[in-house]
Amino acid sequence: MRGMKNLENTIRTLSDLRGISGFEYRISDEIFNLFKPYCDEIKQDALGNIIALKKGNKGNKKIMLEAHCDEIGLLVSDIDENGFLSFVNIGGVDSRILPSAEVIVHAKRDIKGVIGAKPPHLQDADEENKSIKIKDMSIDTGLSKEEVKENIIIGTPVTLSQSVGKLLNNNISLKTLDDRAGVAAILEIFKKLDRIDADLYASISVQEEVGLRGAKTSAFSIMSDFAIAIDVCHAITPDNSKEAFDSGSGVVITVGPNIHPKISQKLLDIAKKYDIKTNIEVSNGDTGTDAWAIQVAGAGIPTGLLSIPLKYMHTSVETMNLDDFSALVNLIEKFLKESDEFSEDWLCY
Amino acid sequence: MLLEKLCNLDGVSGNEGAVRDFIKSQISSYADNISVDNIGNLIAFKKGSDSSKKVMLSCHTDEVGFIINGITKEGYLEFQTVGGIDTRVIISKKVRIGNIKGIIGIKAIHLTTKSERENIPKVKDLYIDIGAKDEEDAKKYVRLGDYAAFDTDFELLGKSSIKAKAIDDRVGCYILTELIKQPVQYDTYFCFCTQEEVGLRGSRVAAYKINPDICLVIEATTCSDVKGSVPHGYSTIMNKGAAISFMDRTTIYNKDLYEWLYELAKKNNIPVQYKNLVAGGNDAGIIHLTNNGIPTLSVSLPCRYIHSPCGIASLDDIESLKKLSLCFIKNIGEII
Repeated sequence: MRGMKNLENTIRTLSDLRGISGFEYRISDEIFNLFKPYCDEIKQDALGNIIALKKGNKGNKKIMLEAHCDEIGLLVSDIDENGFLSFVNIGGVDSRILPSAEVIVHAKRDIKGVIGAKPPHLQDADEENKSIKIKDMSIDTGLSKEEVKENIIIGTPVTLSQSVGKLLNNNISLKTLDDRAGVAAILEIFKKLDRIDADLYASISVQEEVGLRGAKTSAFSIMSDFAIAIDVCHAITPDNSKEAFDSGSGVVITVGPNIHPKISQKLLDIAKKYDIKTNIEVSNGDTGTDAWAIQVAGAGIPTGLLSIPLKYMHTSVETMNLDDFSALVNLIEKFLKESDEFSEDWLCY
Repeated sequence: MLLEKLCNLDGVSGNEGAVRDFIKSQISSYADNISVDNIGNLIAFKKGSDSSKKVMLSCHTDEVGFIINGITKEGYLEFQTVGGIDTRVIISKKVRIGNIKGIIGIKAIHLTTKSERENIPKVKDLYIDIGAKDEEDAKKYVRLGDYAAFDTDFELLGKSSIKAKAIDDRVGCYILTELIKQPVQYDTYFCFCTQEEVGLRGSRVAAYKINPDICLVIEATTCSDVKGSVPHGYSTIMNKGAAISFMDRTTIYNKDLYEWLYELAKKNNIPVQYKNLVAGGNDAGIIHLTNNGIPTLSVSLPCRYIHSPCGIASLDDIESLKKLSLCFIKNIGEII
């Protein structure tokens, strides 16, 4: 149980960090410092990715674990004469989650706000069934227009402020589990895993949400022998059961053209051997994750993808089951331990 | 802070007990008599120096929220709204059913069609997720008929604004709780009424029983001085003081009375404004029609994003509302 509490704290710490795509510099020091005690080398590349290395006993191979640290959010695009802030979305944001949402404007200092829109009594009857467009919303900080002008400039990043916490049955709802849960998993691996034979790299990548950008350069610079991307996938909810998995049903292993078949098979074999609950996700091409970028970095990198089912992805109430998270960490740990025994040609077609 | 405690309590219409009990504990030493009537109204009586007239001060303890009306096989809670809530403000928000946390989720944007994104789901297609394993598990924690409230913390925004749920009408509860500490000229009934949000239910029976010579309703009202609105549609303006109503959807107020109150505010340098839009309504709508008719006034706090998880209001306006209400009590002899 204590172990579970630690996992939860790690996830919470990472989820509470606030860095939308392109503004990860706001949180890179924290992530850097979280990893530093558990690696031999750590650096930040030109794009902002954090690359950590835990040296291997033999150093005969390079393995990369990858997760992205950016989150979806908003960016201030205009400030009107009364101090209301207009904004655009960064990454995929469903505008229906925004009215009356609490936000934090990351200006000179963090400023809280609420997203407002035209009130119901001023709308036409048919408007109430229509979603409000982002251009018709604004952020209300409750501050005077003078205070707003003094503190906030156009181009200021904004994050959703809500974090719910623990629900029943080991379910947890936090602001950003996509993909800080992946970052947390890699951090846990770096904490608990003894050295293996291979050099173990972590890429905590930037700008996934705006087009898998960070992983392109980190995968190139590490140029590992193979890589595993860690991200979230959709969990089943009352409004969707397609392309989704039951939350709590285990870690999801992806198969398809984006994934090196030997890697997915090995992951499945090891999961079976250690009785780790898994599901198979079939993806007919682009997985929509950094795995897609990593696979074709440089001369090509054999890539695998592991995911945790996540409800309500890209909302302020992203929810997952901590048992799935534990299964993910467990599977990666076992896989890495066994990698010492992989034959030289295990990845050959 | 008293207002903070009041806003953070949950009291969806029909389930106002926690708010009522808290207020009772705050005011009992100041009242000559306290009673709870058949619909749950808390009525505190304070004897005046002159018992020839009866004054009623009215606010409501309830807030808009949700009631659980089903549990799915998978353990999700089905709900209905209680009071007027725009479905657009409840998506991706957190709620609580007592101390059980829940969320109203929506599927990921990746899984939506353009048409889905352009339209708002119906309440019957939304669910509260408490993390239950299945129906049986959910039933251990939640029963049909349980109420859910927005799970929003009261906070200051900068130095002069507050953000909270249920400002409508815990601000009225707050002001009545403060006012009862003052001496009164006439016999005064401080009424903390239930079920305003579902049709002005509690105040009807309170007014019937008390049958006062005059009633002041202390409320929160819509404030729409926001982007996308035009000045003639503002209703009220934040930071311009307490709002006096001349007409809303439920009441045409007595001109002599509201003009008297407006002038009284001006004379005492209390910031005040008229609610300049015939929108909304409150307990005055029932009270003024009770018995042979009861002269009734409304003063309100401008509240942006009212009936949503996050209202915003101004501390200065709250102060104006408090001062104006006190001024009403002290000068009521001028008009009755």
